[in-house]
Amino acid sequence: MSGPNYPNTRRRTRLDAQFDRIRAREEAGLAKSGGGSRAVKKFLNNRLAVFGLVVFAIIIFASVFAPLLTPYDPNKIDLRGMLQAPSWEHWFGTDRTGRDLFARVLYGGRISILVGLGSAVLAAIIGVLIGVYTGYVGGWLDALAMRVSEIFMSFPQIILVLMLVSILGQSLLNLMLIFTLTGWGGIYRMARARMLSLREEEYVLALRSFGLSRPLIAYKHMLPNALGPIMVNITLSTAAFILQEAGLSFLGLGVPLSIPTWGNILNVAQDIRVLQTNWWIWLPVGAVISLFVLSVNFIGDGLRDATDPSQQG
Amino acid sequence: MAENKDVILRLRGVKAHFPVKAGVFKRTVGHVRAVDGVDIDVYRGEVLGLVGESGCGKTTLGKTILQLVRSTEGEIVYRSPQDEESDLTKLDNAGLVPFRKRLQIVFQDPHSSLNPAFTIFGSLEDPLKKYGVKSREERRKIIGDLLEAVNMRREYMDRYPHEFSGGQRQRIGIARALSIEPELIVCDEAVSALDVSIQAQVLQLLMKLKDERKLTYIFITHDLSVTEYICDRVAVMYLGKVVELCRSEDLFANNLHPYTEALLSAIPVADLDKKSERIVLQGDVPSPVNPPSGCPFHPRCRYAKDVCKSVVPPLKRYHTGGHEHFAACHLIDLPEATEEPAALSA
Ligand SMILES: Nc1ncnc2c1ncn2[C@@H]1O[C@H](COP(=O)(O)OP(=O)(O)OP(=O)(O)O)[C@@H](O)[C@H]1O
Ligand code: SF4
Ligand SMILES: [Mg+2]
Repeated sequence: MSGPNYPNTRRRTRLDAQFDRIRAREEAGLAKSGGGSRAVKKFLNNRLAVFGLVVFAIIIFASVFAPLLTPYDPNKIDLRGMLQAPSWEHWFGTDRTGRDLFARVLYGGRISILVGLGSAVLAAIIGVLIGVYTGYVGGWLDALAMRVSEIFMSFPQIILVLMLVSILGQSLLNLMLIFTLTGWGGIYRMARARMLSLREEEYVLALRSFGLSRPLIAYKHMLPNALGPIMVNITLSTAAFILQEAGLSFLGLGVPLSIPTWGNILNVAQDIRVLQTNWWIWLPVGAVISLFVLSVNFIGDGLRDATDPSQQG
Repeated sequence: MAENKDVILRLRGVKAHFPVKAGVFKRTVGHVRAVDGVDIDVYRGEVLGLVGESGCGKTTLGKTILQLVRSTEGEIVYRSPQDEESDLTKLDNAGLVPFRKRLQIVFQDPHSSLNPAFTIFGSLEDPLKKYGVKSREERRKIIGDLLEAVNMRREYMDRYPHEFSGGQRQRIGIARALSIEPELIVCDEAVSALDVSIQAQVLQLLMKLKDERKLTYIFITHDLSVTEYICDRVAVMYLGKVVELCRSEDLFANNLHPYTEALLSAIPVADLDKKSERIVLQGDVPSPVNPPSGCPFHPRCRYAKDVCKSVVPPLKRYHTGGHEHFAACHLIDLPEATEEPAALSA
């Protein structure tokens, strides 16, 4: 794959080198890089996205391997060591019942991330299953799905939470159920919109002209071309769900208080005295939530740019 | 002197209308009459050109023939080599499956005609699976053979579309249409997006394949010089209707319809001796939502008479040079072909 020889009469510029590379690739037909790896390269060139990925990885890693990173049990009450400020012994200090906050943030991350990511993935599965098919076939099925999604999306989340908590009680699963039910509409709409534009593509018409079945065309042949925006949507809704979990738990409506989550740690900061005098209870966990959400958003934006076909890289 | 040719496809009064919706409640306020009453007989083994200005409904007619767009009215009869006739417009998706194997289409845009997420093999194997090629090895062999038939290397089947040039993609599109051994292929502007030199190459390939595989083509184009090069007969469309249909030589030498005359005068003539007056068409193509009354061409026709404004000229059958020649104009001064027209008798 050697580039063509230029007479050495003029200095080669960077542009020349780039053209050479493109030409060599074309000639050899060796542009083996599928759409995937091109997107990966573009993603890795995005500094913020890489920063996000690193922070994301660190926080996930720290939560998963929490037992290796801290000797404390997040639920162990120590009435002699209540409300201690950060120290070498307790990096983030202790809360009102003397539980080690660093351990609680690490273990809480497990649940918070599980809730956020889990709900986002569940919502994506439902939204994609419905949106991809109805967007492709159109007609009354599409209209029906649209109405249903509108009902779910316009339903005030807080009322749904109150209803479910009063009927079923507080639990992790209920919270994920609520997030999934209120969240699938967004991904559904995006998947549907993408299918509406894809279904006019000529390769889809060609598949139809062979009489292939609708699910085969929609899920196998068209869905891969909608994956980019779907991944973006999953990351962005993970961030949103984590914030919502924190919000609901802060109000005491989220995950039961006995389970440490980022939101539940914040819950005690409802007390104005805690807020004013015991900053270490809410500031570190607040910072971790912000960092995590920010990093997920950076990843999402990076994915969006990397998979956007209108921006050739 | 009706031509006793073998009809493969008979279109009668084919219409394809799209509803125009407006307002908050998406009420239907009118229809785009993209295809508005087309009668054509396609003969087995011929290349039938379909020409006309942009928006006259050529693509829609092509898609309607394959029932990718469902026709609103009329019949599209496929006639098998064993003389069995079936009206495709009456069949549901399942009923259409046996005919999907006989009719295929090649598209205009080489950039959207291949799925960017799949290799060529990945894109082409599912139709083969559907039509009974169960083993993967056999599918690979068939697809390799197809690529060779369109002058490409077998190994290319494992590459992605973005690794190919426009001409190569177009040939892959042709290979795909050939994969299930159809009898009739609709080529929708199959070469329009290509450079002239590559156009010639692809046209030659199409003609070679036609001879080898005894294909029938419906060749949609807006380029009349391409028509001259490959078509046996040509249908000229205007606002969803066929206004003239004749042998391709006659289209250039003995055309009868004023619209055809105007179209032809618009192409540059290389022969300097041949004096040609350029007829500039007045105004734009009227909207297919509200086509003019009477002859759809009358607002732009330089011969238009009063009768043209109120009476729709039917597509009549004449003879020129001993061949049948259809045209739809009130002012044609030729005896109408008298014997029972073969095309209409069936
Ligand atoms: N799905 C659709 N919905 C509504 N209108 C349509 C649809 N498809 C085509 N049309 C309209 O039907 C008319 C005919 O379109 P068609 O694409 O068949 O024209 P064409 O002769 O192929 O033109 P071109 O040479 O530009 O390809 C146009 O006015 C177009 O806007
Ligand atoms: S029928 Fe009248 S308006 Fe139409 S083409 Fe003939 S002369 Fe022109
Ligand atoms: Mg067209």
